[in-house]
Order: sequence, then C-alpha cells, then structure tokens
Amino acid sequence: MGELRTPTVQEVLETGQGQGFATTKFEDLLAWAQKYSLFMYPFVTACCGMEFMSVSGPRFDHSRFGAEVPRFTPRQSDLLWVVGTIVQRQAPVLKRIYEQMADPKWVLAFGTCASVGGFYDNYACVAGIDKIIPADVYIPGCPPRPEAVLDGLMLLQDKIQSGDRRPGIVKPRFDPVARPDMGVVQLRRSKHG
Amino acid sequence: MAKALLQLIKLEFPDAVLETHSQHGDDTVVVEPGAWKAVARFCKEQLAMEMLADLTCVDFLHREPRFDVVAHLHSLSKGQRLRLKARVGDPEGEHAEIESVSELWGSANWAEREAWDMFGVVFTGHPDLRRILTYPEFVGHALRKDYPADRIQPLVPYREVDNIEKLPPFDQHEGMSFGRQTHLASRGDD
Repeated sequence: MGELRTPTVQEVLETGQGQGFATTKFEDLLAWAQKYSLFMYPFVTACCGMEFMSVSGPRFDHSRFGAEVPRFTPRQSDLLWVVGTIVQRQAPVLKRIYEQMADPKWVLAFGTCASVGGFYDNYACVAGIDKIIPADVYIPGCPPRPEAVLDGLMLLQDKIQSGDRRPGIVKPRFDPVARPDMGVVQLRRSKHG
Repeated sequence: MAKALLQLIKLEFPDAVLETHSQHGDDTVVVEPGAWKAVARFCKEQLAMEMLADLTCVDFLHREPRFDVVAHLHSLSKGQRLRLKARVGDPEGEHAEIESVSELWGSANWAEREAWDMFGVVFTGHPDLRRILTYPEFVGHALRKDYPADRIQPLVPYREVDNIEKLPPFDQHEGMSFGRQTHLASRGDD
C-alpha cells in the first residue's frame, strides 16, 4: 500500500497529473471528437441538393472530414444541413426537426435561399432559416461551389473546437484568373503562351 | 382550319361569344361567363377537344370585370388548339364566380383549386374547392395584384432575437438591386 499524499508542484509538472490541467484537456478532446464525427441530417428541399450530392460524391467527398454519415432521424444526428428554399408551409416541419435533435447540435445554411431567402422574396418563402432556428454557418452561393461548402464545413469544425456559437459566413474566394489585379496568385504562363 | 372552329362556336352560341381573334395559329374565344360550361361542353363533345392543357387566371387590376379565366384546350385527335376566356369579378375582386368544368375534364380539378387559391375566383360546382398551394391558414389570395409584395403569413412564430430583419451576417435586401415594387406603390395612391 502506497502512502496517500498531495503531489508536489514538481511532480505535477513532470508527470502531467493535476485536476485543472486534466479538465481543460478533456473539453478539448471532446470538441476534437465532436468535430470529426458530425452525423448529418440532410434537409434537402431544392436545387442546391444537386450540389450537395456533388459534395458528397468522390471528387469532393465531405467524408474526409468525418461528416459523411447521414442519419434520417433527427434524434441521432448532430448537424442539420438545410439545403434549399424553405417555404412557410415547411417551416413547422423544419422547426420540429431541429427541436427533436439532441444537444449538442449545429446547423448549416447551405446556399443563398437557406441563408436569406434569395430572390424568393414573396408570400411563400421564409427569408432565411435563422428566422425560425439559429444557424451556425452560412454558405452563400446559388448554388455554392463544393469548395465553398468544404470551407463552411471546416469553419464549423473550427467553431466547434473553439466553442464559438456566433454565426459565421464563408467568405468568397477570389478567382485569380478573373481578377489578376488581386495579386493573390501569380499564374505560371507557358513559354509559348 | 382553325378559324372554322371559331365560326362553329359563333354559330352555336351567337349571343354568348363576345369576341374572337386568331393570330399566328392562336385561336381565342371570349365568352360570357354564364355560357362558360356550355361552350366548354360543346368544345369537348362536338369539336373533339379531349384535353384541358391548362386552366388559369389573369388579374387585370382596375378593369371591370377584373379577372380573365383562361382555359387552354387541345384536341389530340385533330391536332388543334383553342383558348377560351371569360371575364368575371368586380374591381374589388368580389363576385368572381364561374362554373366549374371539372366534370368535363379531370385535370380541371386541381387547376381550378390553384386558380381559386391564387386569385380567389370561385368555381361553382367544384367537388372540393380547397387551397392547394398555400396552407389553410392563409388569408387572401397571393397572386392578386393588390396583395402586398412583402406580406408574409408565417405558420411558426419567428424567433425572438434582436434585429430579426437584419440578422448577421446578411442584410435583408442584400443582392436585390432592383428593389421591391408593388402596383399600389406605382399608382402613387398610398
């Protein structure tokens, strides 16, 4: 039987034992586990769904980020993808699905319609899902490019790791070909070009 | 050939036909709303118009009568098309009533429900005149030109947060360079 005593400061630093240190580490570890195991609930209503399939396909493949498993019940999912236009008639369904998800839960607004309603500014449509449920990351675009979606997913992972629940938006990438004056990337020209 | 169809209808209903025109193969008969179903039945049974391609409505605000009910007929056996119109309703949009033709063509059932949902034209004799696109709680008729362009009728209450019209990171009117326009605003009387 060993002797029970309080470890000295030197022992804590050398062996890595100590309560405060371990608690912080656990939260980080939990966030790290959560951000790489996002079970998704795809709420796909409109044309953005084609782009969503493209992101899920082998060329872009969001399973590289541990976010590929679709759960078609909200009770088993962490991440709600709202892909496409939400009309007023669907709004109760979306709200109910969000409320059925277990905590912790995150919401991605995929495309302009889900983010602000887009040009569907009329009697029928909800001008952005954040009127009904809180959204974590907005991905603008009509539809957004798959790269933008992956940017949004990585932005969400970043937010999960840091515990930041403020909404974020995917910034547009500048196209160096269309905007050579931006000077972001110097294109290599061939000798004959 | 197609003008012969117009002649046949004029001969059969000399009092009900208000006007006809035929342009680029587009043959149109404007009839009295009271003779709507009789003309439709004549077209189906005598002129072999087996198919009702579409039935819809047009809102001419400030006109008396206000609405045009439009039916597009197609004869599959003869390869001909014909358009029927009838004008109904007063400028306030009341008393817009016309007889249902869903007994003649099954496709008229949903088309008339849509026309009622969007414009408020009542089809008498329709077996099940309910809203088809909007929800039962909806008040008014959305495609009437005096329905305000920005009037929404949410089924679930919006979240109670500050600045709901301008949530981060977007502005409500962002990307809408053309802005909003309503017919009432363009008249300048409100």
